[in-house]
Amino acid sequence: MILYALRRLVYLVPVAFGVSLLVFALVHLAPGDAISAIVPPDAPQEVVDKLRAYYGFDKPLPVQYFRWLVVTLSGDFGTSIGTGRPVSEEVGGAFLNTIVLAIAACIVAFTLAIILGTAAGYAKSRIVDRLVTSIALTGISVPNYWLAIVLVIIFSVELGWLPPMGLGPESATGWRLDFAHLRYMVLPTIALSMIPLGVMTRTVRSTIKEILSSEFVTALQAKGMNDRQILLHVLKNAAPTCLAVMGLQAGNLIGGSILIETVFSWPGTGFLLNSAIFRRDLPILQGTTLVLSFFFMMLNLTVDMIQTMVDPRIKRG
Amino acid sequence: MAIQSPSIDMTPGAAVMATPASASRGYWQSVRRRLRRDPVTVVCGVILLLIVLSALFAPWLGLPDPYKTSMIYRLKPIGTPRFLLGSDELGRDMLARLVYGGRLSLAMGVTPVVCALLIGGSLGITAGFLGGRVNMLIMRVMDVFYAFPSVLLAISLSGAMGAGASNTLLALTLVFIPPICRVSESVTTQVRGFDFVDAAKASGAGTLTVVRVHVLGNVLGPILVYATSLISVATILAAGLSFLGLGVKPPEPEWGLMLSTLRQAIYVNPVLAALPGVMIFITSLCFNLMSDGLRAAMDVKA
Repeated sequence: MILYALRRLVYLVPVAFGVSLLVFALVHLAPGDAISAIVPPDAPQEVVDKLRAYYGFDKPLPVQYFRWLVVTLSGDFGTSIGTGRPVSEEVGGAFLNTIVLAIAACIVAFTLAIILGTAAGYAKSRIVDRLVTSIALTGISVPNYWLAIVLVIIFSVELGWLPPMGLGPESATGWRLDFAHLRYMVLPTIALSMIPLGVMTRTVRSTIKEILSSEFVTALQAKGMNDRQILLHVLKNAAPTCLAVMGLQAGNLIGGSILIETVFSWPGTGFLLNSAIFRRDLPILQGTTLVLSFFFMMLNLTVDMIQTMVDPRIKRG
Repeated sequence: MAIQSPSIDMTPGAAVMATPASASRGYWQSVRRRLRRDPVTVVCGVILLLIVLSALFAPWLGLPDPYKTSMIYRLKPIGTPRFLLGSDELGRDMLARLVYGGRLSLAMGVTPVVCALLIGGSLGITAGFLGGRVNMLIMRVMDVFYAFPSVLLAISLSGAMGAGASNTLLALTLVFIPPICRVSESVTTQVRGFDFVDAAKASGAGTLTVVRVHVLGNVLGPILVYATSLISVATILAAGLSFLGLGVKPPEPEWGLMLSTLRQAIYVNPVLAALPGVMIFITSLCFNLMSDGLRAAMDVKA
């Protein structure tokens, strides 16, 4: 097991290298010069040159890449061009806010999906199955940023029950677990949970259906086992497939929350990324993308490990 | 919006396997017949056709000018005389803008998937058929793109390249190549293992002939079905990029952009503000249902 984990980690090295190349290339895809975003157009040439040397933009590309790589690996993500604060500080704070929201959305989506999917997989009546299938279809078809706006219109503008934006009461600087903060989380959580809810419900439903039609279930029934015990067997068999999709969905949630965070002005990585793009703050853009993609890779690896542990059929070693 | 993970056990349908040499004409006929008999698919197809046709022939529908602003008629509610679906924050006719908006919104949803299908499909089939080092090389490069959550990749790419419809198309194409490539590779690898491929090789068929005659017909179905399931994701994502200000630039009518500019109006005219999103929703819903119908008709295992 440990050997397998180590081997998977080694496999990740070339991928991580590729990721770092791609993230580095992001800056050079940008039209014009990153420096032009911070200096006024009438700045004297020597100031521009000085800044360019300060940010290291005057060196040849491979040199810039390795310099950036070494510095980044030591945990220094550079300085934000927009605010002058260290990128790691900005991204770190925002990352926590994103994670909080993502965890809430995952809990809501996965719990509902497992219940609904299992019900539909078992359902003898077409109505239940149709209903669950429609919910799942809505989940994957609805543009979640639009749903977010609709939720704000209904619950904030019309009914006035919930706050339309922000992560807490006015004076709040960081997220805390209390009632006032939770109220601010309700709408973003619902909006964010739609896609994973749709995808997971579909997955759970089709997996359960497939397992129910397999021979071992018939054997268990013939043996006289009661339904509750059979359900346990079915769920155990469905777990690996569902876990894999869950992992992907959780990762996509964290990387994909930018639209929702923008609608709700939730100060997470997505919101940070969005403002960085418009300020042309390339170090922040790089740092956020890098942190999120590494988190995504690690999450996938972890899910893979768990999958191997729960499913004895997968022997990889 | 998340790209659903391509399933590995996507086997070509039973109907295809029964006629190994290539998908026979009878197979495609039966697919068409099954599609025609599926009411959901037919209804969705008709709705999509209406949206596409009205967008294409918008100038001849007698609609008002979608760019003409009016200071007096701003944010008029639905049903105002002369403004059937109301007017937006600059007094432009909403109905006209929604119809014209279909042009860019649909184009930006479908084009990246088609491009990614051509590029990713070819790469995947090549990797799957040749195997070995070529496979390693192609698939490891794809792994790098897989290390990014799809939405993040699209936003970072188009954010770095700057706003604009062409950059959005490029970014979205890049996002959809890896999943299509992966599905194509796994299906091709499976088909390559079938006896009829060996038989064709043994009887002296060249590599290109084997691919064209024996492999392509058997892998195109599953790849196509998977690609159609991405169109809805692409539509939502493309509109989302415009919503963030990274896609189409104003004053072009585009659903995502309209949704974003009308956000300021949610306190004045909430129903109006939600309208562009309804169009995105209907379009992506229809694409999803059509894709499901196609999957069932082509008998591709999900």
